[in-house]
Amino acid sequence: MNLTFSSNLKQFRDSFLWHSFKNDKVAIVSVVVFLTFACTAILAPVISPYDPYDLVILDIMDSEIPPVWSEEGEERFLLGTDSQGRDMLSAIFYGMRTSLLIGLCAVILQATLGIIFGLLAGYVGGKVDSFLMRVADIQLSFSTMMVAIIMLAIFQASFGTERYNDLAIFMLIMVIGIAEWPQYARTVRASVLAEQEKEYIDAARVLGFSSIRIMFRHILPNTLSPVLVISTVQVANAIMSEAALSFLGLGMPVTQPSLGSLISSGFEFIFSGSWWITVIPGVVLIVLVLVINLLGDWLRDVLNPKLYKG
Amino acid sequence: MATFLFRRLWQAIVVMFIISILSFAIQDNLGDPLREMVGQSVSEAEREELRDKMGLNDPFLTQYLRFAKNALQGDLGTSYFFKEPALDVILKKMPATIELVICATLIIVFFSVPMGVYAAIHPRSFVSKLIMGISIAGISVPVFLTAIGLIYLFAIELGMMPSFGRGDTSPLLGMWESGFTSWDGIHHLILPSFTLASIMLPLFIRLIRSEMMDVLQSDYIKFARARGLKLNRIYYLHAFKNTMLPVITVGGVQIGTMVAYTILTETIFQWPGMGFLFLEAVNRVDTPLIVAYLIIVGAIFVVTNTIVDLIYGLVNPTVNLFHSSK
Repeated sequence: MNLTFSSNLKQFRDSFLWHSFKNDKVAIVSVVVFLTFACTAILAPVISPYDPYDLVILDIMDSEIPPVWSEEGEERFLLGTDSQGRDMLSAIFYGMRTSLLIGLCAVILQATLGIIFGLLAGYVGGKVDSFLMRVADIQLSFSTMMVAIIMLAIFQASFGTERYNDLAIFMLIMVIGIAEWPQYARTVRASVLAEQEKEYIDAARVLGFSSIRIMFRHILPNTLSPVLVISTVQVANAIMSEAALSFLGLGMPVTQPSLGSLISSGFEFIFSGSWWITVIPGVVLIVLVLVINLLGDWLRDVLNPKLYKG
Repeated sequence: MATFLFRRLWQAIVVMFIISILSFAIQDNLGDPLREMVGQSVSEAEREELRDKMGLNDPFLTQYLRFAKNALQGDLGTSYFFKEPALDVILKKMPATIELVICATLIIVFFSVPMGVYAAIHPRSFVSKLIMGISIAGISVPVFLTAIGLIYLFAIELGMMPSFGRGDTSPLLGMWESGFTSWDGIHHLILPSFTLASIMLPLFIRLIRSEMMDVLQSDYIKFARARGLKLNRIYYLHAFKNTMLPVITVGGVQIGTMVAYTILTETIFQWPGMGFLFLEAVNRVDTPLIVAYLIIVGAIFVVTNTIVDLIYGLVNPTVNLFHSSK
């Protein structure tokens, strides 16, 4: 056990991936920043000084205290408080948790749907292929934002705001997840078509393996590197979409804030000078998305040089 | 050509059909038209009778056909809130949205073309690296944060720009209320259109740069250089023409996306256009207005996409117009 682990580690150390990572400062910084954010998000309940979901501890007298480095700041609240006296630092930790959770789950859903439809389209071909790709074309021609806004708006109007708020997190994952599957389906289909021509697939067919087994055990693993590349960009996009939807009031409620709803709740207060309620979560969101995008760029160069130049 | 045209139009019709079914399903399930009309004070028996008379108890298909027939004649129902035909309400707000989209498109063209071309011609210069760096950062900034940043800087800190509304409008050529006619109207347009433009600007800069770089590698450009033509002539006449083809087709599709983002931009700047109207309609559960917006925006998407595809088919010889492409 230990031995295989250390040999795996050695193999990884010799790999091209590790080598190009070591020599790319942007990639190292991005990974460090992203891991810090991810750990903060996972450990949010442990490390945040207050529980932003707990309405009992909110004290309206604490509202709109600026961050600690400005003159009226208090040490209890490092990054200040929002209009209801919620500690911004804890709210941002929890918000990051919600944003990352929604982003990752939405991308997992997109990838699952896209991989299944892409494999089917590429492997079965014929009518199935042209039907699925036509659907994908049509869906891509409507922008994700449009589809998401309209669907969520209709859900909200038909459920009523109270019940909608309880379901918001699932709704966001569903809508963002379903709206973007064609991205994956197209990529997977293209690589299936390329893989299918190769001899090992013929060999598998001759051996009498079932189509399902060939699709998932043999073709799928060879299509995964482009899937990994688009996944990073898609996570960034999903987080941005979630933030935009929450900002419009169609996403997470302020009682269970995501980064988008924190920014939204602070928006009306920038006119009265309380900039930190909006600006700090905004900066966190931008850095998070930028870091993921930079990582995506780097992965694209390393894993698939052809994709980049093609 | 006729086959291609036919197939594309047929697809457009199918999509519009699906949109109309979805819209109708929404109208059918969201809110109760009877309660909006008569309120709570009418007895159950009278309600039932009214339902029958209005055809609300008819089978789904009959109701849908009636809805489709009315919709084709331009009758999309009456807004509960405005007490006016929903189509009229939306058409009245449409010029504001269209002006915003036009301004944003102009900004995109004026900035992305010179920047993209410059970055392609001088890939190693400091300015190009700066342009590309800014465009990567720009992709990572959500549009509402751009808007908040612009409002904070120009409206609150510097007090140079108005932060909401359209300002003075007056009829332009007697057709619609326009903000282009007065300085105040244009002044109000600046921040929202830059916000809307900021979504697409990085994308277009990157696209133009990579297309132009591809073109500059091609044989006919090398030949033009070898013949000793002036560099400016090669860049701006020969290379630029071929760069713009794919850019225009991508741009056409993005107009639809811009319409989607007007919802966000208009909400932040309280711009009295269709997008702002739509969110208000959602909050008021004004079903006819929601449905009318869906159909109109769906039609905008379908029409722009169809036109873009047709243009692409016409100008790009590799798309085969005569046989079913596979």
